[in-house]
Amino acid sequence: MDLRRTFLIFVPFAWLLLLFLIPFGIVLKISLSDIALSIPPYTPQLDLSAGWSGIVEYFQALDLENYVFLTQDNLYFLAYMSSVQIAFISMVITLIVGYPIAYGMAKAPDHWRPTLMMLVILPFWTSFLIRVYAWMGILSQEGFLNQFLLWIGIIDTPLTILNTNWAVYIGIVYTYLPFMILPIYAALEKMDGSLMEAAEDLGCSQTSAFWLVTFPLSRPGVIAGCFLVFIPALGEVVIPSLLGGSQTLMIGKVLWEEFFSNRDWPVASAVAVILLLILVIPIVLFQRNEQKQREAGR
Amino acid sequence: MGLNTLQIGSAIAVAVLAGMANADEVRVYNWSDYIDEALLEKFEQETGIDLIYDVFDSNEILETKMLAGGSGYDVVVPTGTFLQRQITAGAFQPLDMSLLPNAVNIWDVISSRTAQYDPGNAYSINYMWGTTGIGVNVGKVQEVLGPDAPINSLALIFDPANMEKLAECGVHVLDAPTEMIPAALKYIGEDPDSQDPDVIALAEPVLAAVQPYILKFHSSEYINALANGDICVAFGWSGDILQAQARAIEAENGVEIVYNAPVEGALMWFDQMAIPVDAPNPEAAHAFLNFILDAQNMADASNYVFYANGNLASQELLLDEVINDPAIYPDAATLANLYTTTPYDARVQRVVTRLWTRIKSGT
Repeated sequence: MDLRRTFLIFVPFAWLLLLFLIPFGIVLKISLSDIALSIPPYTPQLDLSAGWSGIVEYFQALDLENYVFLTQDNLYFLAYMSSVQIAFISMVITLIVGYPIAYGMAKAPDHWRPTLMMLVILPFWTSFLIRVYAWMGILSQEGFLNQFLLWIGIIDTPLTILNTNWAVYIGIVYTYLPFMILPIYAALEKMDGSLMEAAEDLGCSQTSAFWLVTFPLSRPGVIAGCFLVFIPALGEVVIPSLLGGSQTLMIGKVLWEEFFSNRDWPVASAVAVILLLILVIPIVLFQRNEQKQREAGR
Repeated sequence: MGLNTLQIGSAIAVAVLAGMANADEVRVYNWSDYIDEALLEKFEQETGIDLIYDVFDSNEILETKMLAGGSGYDVVVPTGTFLQRQITAGAFQPLDMSLLPNAVNIWDVISSRTAQYDPGNAYSINYMWGTTGIGVNVGKVQEVLGPDAPINSLALIFDPANMEKLAECGVHVLDAPTEMIPAALKYIGEDPDSQDPDVIALAEPVLAAVQPYILKFHSSEYINALANGDICVAFGWSGDILQAQARAIEAENGVEIVYNAPVEGALMWFDQMAIPVDAPNPEAAHAFLNFILDAQNMADASNYVFYANGNLASQELLLDEVINDPAIYPDAATLANLYTTTPYDARVQRVVTRLWTRIKSGT
């Protein structure tokens, strides 16, 4: 019995160690190294043949120089801020678009739900990259959208959408919408319909019943959806490179340039570590808040 | 500990790749749209070696793979400046000339220049070379700038007065600071190969002045855009612009594309084939290089991609439109006017990348 419990605890910890902590340790270690022209392109390398003194020397060569560098050039700060802004606005739009869809799905007759669910998941059957390329075809100057708008006469000259931040927002909202819909749907579907009836019996209008009963009950789904959209959107690199213009500044692109153009793995790793810290802080705050609420509710 | 894991991980990856590579297999990593695929089949038939052919579209991607190690490729094709740096990093193995009898075909005019990047040509052979210059849609440019438009001068790209008008019909330039900064320096009469950050900084106002008129910074889209008539000027690689010219002729769309190496001087570059130090099958890699060095094969490749090669014996087998086109094989005067660049060190590279980001994004 005890063995089984140990095993059950061990599995998630092993998972965390193998797929998160070890890779993070490697990145952290590289971020403390210095750039070098060698394979791999950073120094120092751990030389175990030198024994204990080799290990000591190795750790002495690590320093925070790359982190200091990040503060000296405003590019990194601007890129982080611009990424946070793009990810946050995209998250809000996804929520505004996704919530009614999830609500509609949860209220739909039982026999429709599998079909509706299927429609939400269906785009995943096509490669993400191909779907982003399809958007390039839709949004370009000669694309479907402009041709359609010209045809119905709303505009006289084609709109420039591709290679601007607008296209980045469209791409992110489109790509991450299912991640918002599914957790909200899961929360709403579990909801007991009689709660709404009770609210109305007690004199609530439909609108206020929604805000007083339905929305608070779906809150865990909303929060999960927001995290699922915000976190990957913050580090997004494919969408801004393909749909964005040269003025689109996102940390994913900066990271790419550090890694590929500058060949500076240590600075690229420092950028990645900071990105992770930016993500960890709101998650920790959120969890602390949840815990407080749970304690207060007791 | 982290490093240890990394080393074990890459050791496993190498071992797996090495295990998969049987004796009769060669893995080649070359630029996209850069060979006649009939040649690949011919190689397999002649040698009985299975050829696995992958492509990339930027030197940076290739270099990152080389510096990470364990790429699993037997033959790769970096450009001269990148090759030089990767040789210093120890990424390649010296060629075994006894396995390359066709090396007698090598053209000394080119090999003497590539020796600048690879002393004694010990690690690489030239595959193709070319220049970076100006491709124009003649009709549109003359419509905008008049019949005297300076289509063979850097002034077309770097004089804001010209660019302001050209913006109407669309201008693309390479998204490659190592190409654009030397060109801007050449335009203002500075040394295009300068490694001095203060001199490099002089390129910034030149590029920033024309940036508002540039439709896109991109290193391959201009081929189609020029051919379709979507843009009227591209600053790009010779063979790519000539491919656009060929596509426009094929499409019979009335678009006339002309390539010119700028009269002020054009950057000359060399794509070199080399064998990674950890290549799983160096013997087959040499067999591939020897196949490429064959006069007929090299001629077939050049006739297909419209780039000049470093193979003297292949020249009599080239099509007239290739060997006699001064845009591909420049005449002696132009050849003397071409310049080459050397790689930036890490500190200068950072200045260059940063400057490029600032020019493109205004940040």
